Amino acid sequence: MKTSPFSEEHQLLRKTIREWAETEIKPHLGEWEEAGWFPSDLFLRAGSLGFLGLAFPESAGGQGGDYWSQVVFLEEMGRINGSIAMVMGVQTDMATPPILEFGTEEQIETWLKPALRGERIGAIGITEPDTGSDVASIRTNAVRDGDEWVLNGQKMFITNGARADFISMVVRTGRHDADNPWGGISMFIVDTSLPGFEVSRTLGKSGLKMSDTALLFMDDMRLPANALLGVEGEGFTQIMWELQGERMAVSVSGAAGARAILEETIEYARHREAFGRPIGTHQAVAHRIAEMATEVEALEALVYECAELWNRGVYATEEVAMAKLATGLVGNRVADMAVQVMGGAALVEGSNVGREWLGSRIGRIGGGSDEVQRQILAKIMGIG
Amino acid sequence: MSLAAIFTQEHEAYRDVVRRFVDSEINPHAEEWERERDFPRDLFEKAGAAGIFGAKFDERWGGTGPDYAAEAVVIEELSKSLTFGTVSDLGAHIQLAALYIDRFGTHAQKDRYLRPSISGELLGALAVTEPGAGSDVNSLTTRAVRDGDEWVLNGSKTYITNGAWADYVVVAARTSDEPGHENITLFIVNSDSDGFEANRMRMIAWHTSHTGELFFSDLRVPDSDRLGEVGAGFGHIMTNFQWERLMMSLGAIAQAEKALEIAVSYARERSAFGRPVIKFQVWQHRFADLSVQIRTGKALAYRALRYHLAHEAGEEVTREELVKITSMAKLYTQRLAWKVADECVQVHGGSGALMEYPAQRFWRDARVGPIGGGTDDIMRNVIAGTLGLASNSG
Repeated sequence: MKTSPFSEEHQLLRKTIREWAETEIKPHLGEWEEAGWFPSDLFLRAGSLGFLGLAFPESAGGQGGDYWSQVVFLEEMGRINGSIAMVMGVQTDMATPPILEFGTEEQIETWLKPALRGERIGAIGITEPDTGSDVASIRTNAVRDGDEWVLNGQKMFITNGARADFISMVVRTGRHDADNPWGGISMFIVDTSLPGFEVSRTLGKSGLKMSDTALLFMDDMRLPANALLGVEGEGFTQIMWELQGERMAVSVSGAAGARAILEETIEYARHREAFGRPIGTHQAVAHRIAEMATEVEALEALVYECAELWNRGVYATEEVAMAKLATGLVGNRVADMAVQVMGGAALVEGSNVGREWLGSRIGRIGGGSDEVQRQILAKIMGIG
Repeated sequence: MSLAAIFTQEHEAYRDVVRRFVDSEINPHAEEWERERDFPRDLFEKAGAAGIFGAKFDERWGGTGPDYAAEAVVIEELSKSLTFGTVSDLGAHIQLAALYIDRFGTHAQKDRYLRPSISGELLGALAVTEPGAGSDVNSLTTRAVRDGDEWVLNGSKTYITNGAWADYVVVAARTSDEPGHENITLFIVNSDSDGFEANRMRMIAWHTSHTGELFFSDLRVPDSDRLGEVGAGFGHIMTNFQWERLMMSLGAIAQAEKALEIAVSYARERSAFGRPVIKFQVWQHRFADLSVQIRTGKALAYRALRYHLAHEAGEEVTREELVKITSMAKLYTQRLAWKVADECVQVHGGSGALMEYPAQRFWRDARVGPIGGGTDDIMRNVIAGTLGLASNSG
């Protein structure tokens, strides 16, 4: 009975990614957070090292690994920083998988392969100023005009939105139909270099500041026929599929982020002294950390069971919603306990724990709020 | 690579066997037994005959193992019964007493005690806790003094599950006062010995269980009934605590699953303000939250089980890893089972307090979890210790 899902190759991969993250990301975190930006070259670098396509097939420009190799990447990104985990996750687990799953050969060549090399930056476009998880209510629309589509509307809270080369976007292409309330929605790969696309503004956030979040504006933007991703009218189903992988990814990186915060807190509690001894040896603090360690261990166990299903190709809506909900709650709680244990040191600007605490609150909102996950679960339980 | 599966097809078939036993031999009598605060002793023999006690023991002694994953199946299914006090007695017999004999007993002792324990003819209990010492095993005061080929025991034990009617009790007694952890020795004490007295305790939880306090006065135990080496008791107890706590974790999750099932089912039937209670979003979300916590606790308990199975298979698992993951599983699951049962009471409204509904029983019974087998605070101490944060000094 093996206790770990990782092989020696996975461990080696982890070591490589961690060394990269420690040397090329970690030293700059403070500066990037303050700037609210990080250099886009980071994608190029990650792509050239082969990190952006670990679980994509070789035929699509990936490394052909299993999902556990992607878990390794997401965990290492989660460990290093919440923003970095998010932007990388958008690139590898949100914007690109729909292209592989629903795209044509041409779309794979044009968008997916360069994205896995880090040459083209992707974003996922679902949320609008007036609608989020309620995807059926989106208003951004595309109307067919000859061989082209004319796109109008807005997308809100779009991670990587300010620098994206393309956006995998859900758009209304037909009427709201009482018989099929999820019909009339299609997915497009929106090329942001085309006329009519505008980044209205980059949004300042309370946390995860180095990742750009944008409000996007599409005004009579003409998309070629080959911008349609998948089947016209099937966009709702397609984006629901995308959301599974998205929630899986944020769970994996979120759980790893919580573990990193835990480790940093333990280290601090062992060395920082109060009343003549390390604070971690005061029983109340020790017990709080023990609780936190237990929560992290339990979360990781849940996420791994979920990842195992994902790796086997099981479309595990229930488990994914559970992992997403648990990750948001535990990640936020663990970060808060860490702030409490570290005291003032966590409240100073530039503190890693303080930064992650601010970011962790977003985990309970992005990718479908706590409440949305509970509603999904209630439905699956047959009670909602 | 993958996350190793724990249960095979055979295990699932065995799960059906245990489930049928619960459905036919336990649940139809649960309400009556709970009212009577008792259950018939022959349930042990029936369980033995159904093959429920043998999973982790070698065929040589009448078992069908050793298969610890199968044992996990037994615990999960028994724990879904409607009378947890009964399950506690069965568990104390087979998870504690019989397991100690299997692990530390001689050939002759296994023949005499383990074999009839597996068949359910001889009932066992384990006695560590005393009025003055529980998890603090080094402070036990029950004493055994050597006298020729015999040992003379004096002292008392308390909160001994299955102890009030057990045929034999594995007793931890002090055999020296030296510094260190070599002062405790285990003995197999027959309850028909002179100087043995047992009283059943009345508890607010586990109404059907035969939990007892035991008294030993100049009780003589032949050296042939000493279990393991002199002075090895502390180590044996600490080792077995891990299995006990893991089984408690799996049991708590099963109880929580059952309590949630009962709660959801009640919420479907009961109406308020013109619609079933289940139609209120707050209850839907509360149930969803509980289901996530249960599943998370289960994932953690299964992770701990994987460590135990790897350990049993002789793979590399450090003792510290095993202790840490097991303590975490116990800490996470016990309070959770109680919390779920508490919401089960809550959704029942006034009926939540009625003895004729099982909700209050799940709630009472689950409250033992964060205390028995090492309290939550003991778990936190142990976990903190494994993290390099020793906190025993207070």
